[in-house]
Amino acid sequence: MKRETMIWTLVMLLGALGLIGRAAFTSLGMGREYVRAVPVANGQWTEYQPSNYGQYRRAEIANPNQTDYVLSLPRSVGLWVAAFFTLAIFSFLYGDNPFYKIAEAILVGVSAAYWMVIAFWDVLIPNLLGKIWPALIQAWAIPGLSGPEAARNAWYVIPLVLGVMLLWRLSPTGGWISRWPLAFIIGTFAGLQMIGFLHGDFLAQIRNSILPLAVMDRGVFDPWESLRNILIVTGVLSCLVYFFFSFEHTGMVGKAAKLGTWFLMITFGAGFGYTVMGRIALLAIRIEFLLDDWLWLIDPIRRRSL
Amino acid sequence: MGGFLKDQWWLPAVVIGSLTPLAWRFVSLGFFPALRTLDRRWIFLLMFWAVLVPIYYIGITGQTFPEVPSALARAAVDEIEDLNEGDPVLLPFDYDPATEGEVAPMATAFVKHAAEKKLKMYFMALWPIGSQLADATIDKVIKSDFPRMIYGQDYVNLGYKSGNEGVIKVIVTNLRELYTTDSRGTALQAIPMMSGIDNIQQMKLIINVSAGYPGTKEWVQYAVTPFPDRLRLVAGCTGVQATQMYPYIPRQLPGLLGAIKGAAEYEKLVVDKYGGPHPDPKYLDGLRRMGPQLVAHLLIIVLIVLANIVYFADRRREAHR
Repeated sequence: MKRETMIWTLVMLLGALGLIGRAAFTSLGMGREYVRAVPVANGQWTEYQPSNYGQYRRAEIANPNQTDYVLSLPRSVGLWVAAFFTLAIFSFLYGDNPFYKIAEAILVGVSAAYWMVIAFWDVLIPNLLGKIWPALIQAWAIPGLSGPEAARNAWYVIPLVLGVMLLWRLSPTGGWISRWPLAFIIGTFAGLQMIGFLHGDFLAQIRNSILPLAVMDRGVFDPWESLRNILIVTGVLSCLVYFFFSFEHTGMVGKAAKLGTWFLMITFGAGFGYTVMGRIALLAIRIEFLLDDWLWLIDPIRRRSL
Repeated sequence: MGGFLKDQWWLPAVVIGSLTPLAWRFVSLGFFPALRTLDRRWIFLLMFWAVLVPIYYIGITGQTFPEVPSALARAAVDEIEDLNEGDPVLLPFDYDPATEGEVAPMATAFVKHAAEKKLKMYFMALWPIGSQLADATIDKVIKSDFPRMIYGQDYVNLGYKSGNEGVIKVIVTNLRELYTTDSRGTALQAIPMMSGIDNIQQMKLIINVSAGYPGTKEWVQYAVTPFPDRLRLVAGCTGVQATQMYPYIPRQLPGLLGAIKGAAEYEKLVVDKYGGPHPDPKYLDGLRRMGPQLVAHLLIIVLIVLANIVYFADRRREAHR
């Protein structure tokens, strides 16, 4: 066995022993999820709402025979699975390995299936089939579908036909049929985007950049606000000069372009800084999940205390 | 700190133990050669400890770093503070679990603030899992701390619709064209708070929690910009998006919370006003997560400085040759 493999096997064995020891032989334990049983419809069935170990303990102290708060095996298994996949994904930082591959494949598969189910029940059924055959959809899938929103709308046959044409791509022959709805999608999207950018960005940004360089606040000169506006206007103009390639970047144009480069670099730096902050926040929540929800080493929101 | 180290002695022992081979490498090879040949996995390990240790410390002691709210966070708070009881607000939850760590604290704080102000909340989502995350926030805030608020009268989850900016474009003039039921399948006409609501121009404020496309940018482009006199927007977004949103401030986007820092600032303002002397720690997620941010940023700065020292030292050595 390679030295590296031996070290990692040893680390994993120690980790597994530590987990078993903490789960089985400590007073608090770890990795358990609890639910609260709530009778619904005059006790005809029971709904299980999320709870926590703290509520369970309080209920046990009040009445040792209580059955309102109970350990949830499916949720506990789900917690352990989530912890396993978190560690499996983290393991890629050391190197590619089968655990990472398994986690990656399951994530992709589950995400794709989830999107499909959501698109079917939240879009196709209420917004397409529900518009064409409202009575059928109400009887079969959405009992709440009623009122003016549930009126039949024959125009929705057009998107249905376009959708079927789009799926024609999967057919061995007549694949060209899918180009028509695709052209419709591209044309609509391009038009929508163009209007959005013209209104929201191009015109609005021109307006936002026309700022007073000397700001007067109740008749008094405001140096900081003025400096801010001067920086914004200088930044906009110098960055525009940098992207103006019809002139050679020499002389005054070159100096303005150089200034534009500095503004761009500062913008990229700010963007990078924000991105780093975001990524650390994402790492922090996974570590918090492992320490709090799974290992019960910390309890920042007092879910397990009495 | 002393008490913490005494009680939790094993943590520094594990950290020091795991980094001993690295220290030994620096001692045996020398500073610059060790730095030049440093395996990136040591940096990953350093980052892991830089994030884990503050989380553990804050988790045990309950201490958080002081936070000074910025003008943007104050502006976001003011936009909600200016509303009156019963005013309708739209809450599009455009994020997913992958970015929950960054934007969920904002979502929680927004909903708490809106509930404290007794606003009518209309949740919706342009991201498939956004609807479930809205339900999770409703459970966390409204059902547990505002039990008098009634679904359908004080808040409603309209659910997810696909179509990205197309959805905004439609509901800004006709909400019922796309939304026939809420996320539970109840007809809109059976929901009391939907009575008289035909489009989102009737909302007094849009409070968007966004993690990318479609998100804040699309709400600015397709909702706020065409109707500048009717619609106002405040947003909480991920760090990656934040710099792209700054050009919209303040005319198109009066208030913005950027990344976890924005969340912490907003939490501070909301908790100071509505949290009481002992605020519920579930409303302090953002403030707690600023601890690991500080230590991890310091580590990154140190690493950047060290890498530059090595770079310039190597360049000088090459020049001498």
